[in-house]
Amino acid sequence: MLLIRCPYCEQDLPELEFRNAGEAHVVRSGNLVAESDEDFERFLFIRENPKGIIYERWRHIHGCGRFFNAVRNTVSDKFLMTYKAGEKKPESLPGDAK
Amino acid sequence: MANQVTATRRPAQSGRDTSARNVKLAVLPPAERISLRAPAGAVEALSRALGLALPVRPCTSATAEGRTALWLGPDEWLVLDEKGGDLLAACAGVEALHSAVGISHRNVAIAVTGPGAETTISAGCPRDLALEAFSVGACARTVLGKIEIVLLRTGEEAFRVECWRSFSDYAFTFLDDAARDAAS
Ligand SMILES: [Zn+2]
Repeated sequence: MLLIRCPYCEQDLPELEFRNAGEAHVVRSGNLVAESDEDFERFLFIRENPKGIIYERWRHIHGCGRFFNAVRNTVSDKFLMTYKAGEKKPESLPGDAK
Repeated sequence: MANQVTATRRPAQSGRDTSARNVKLAVLPPAERISLRAPAGAVEALSRALGLALPVRPCTSATAEGRTALWLGPDEWLVLDEKGGDLLAACAGVEALHSAVGISHRNVAIAVTGPGAETTISAGCPRDLALEAFSVGACARTVLGKIEIVLLRTGEEAFRVECWRSFSDYAFTFLDDAARDAAS
């Protein structure tokens, strides 16, 4: 079982308590009406789906209930770090980020 | 002539208990409960009103005079009163922003005690329940088998399992099986 660090509970906790909530840092336009169809499509449907480092939203649904962000390697499934919702995308990653 | 009818309140699972070697399970008597949500700025006023310091450190609880407040999230607590005190009335006078919802009857509590208590709960709970990781007074919303529970360690060999009433049959039966396994 994966252990995921909840930045609110400040502990590494079993993955059974968590739920993935899609890609992180997808910015919703402040004025959706003015958006072109292409931009709206990009916002709503188009995702990075990288092989390697991905920034995701996770929710500690069976714990403190909070959404937070996680950096995960999609190849190894290793969680590199987690940080609170609303915090900026980290500029550097710890350890073996490559 | 009016007939007098008496209704007897019979809470879910009331009276169920199990005694296996090393583990005892008991459905606890009804308690007053609220789900409390509040921002950091309201914690002090609510603590004063409730007569106990709402814990702000993750996964910790505070107890005073039969009342226990369990940290569930950064702005969420489960507050229990086992002496029947009116928790909603206590919060009603607080002007600081908060939400207090009465959930006394939503939950059923099961006490799991004895040297095999930790093993019994670990049969369905993925958390590390070793004393170093989950000390006396530690609490958490987590899972037990297929359901969500709130777990509180009340002693080195004692836990309180709070689950939603409609899941209480499942929770008790699950723990009952696990207790027998822990005993063997
Ligand atoms: Zn959490």
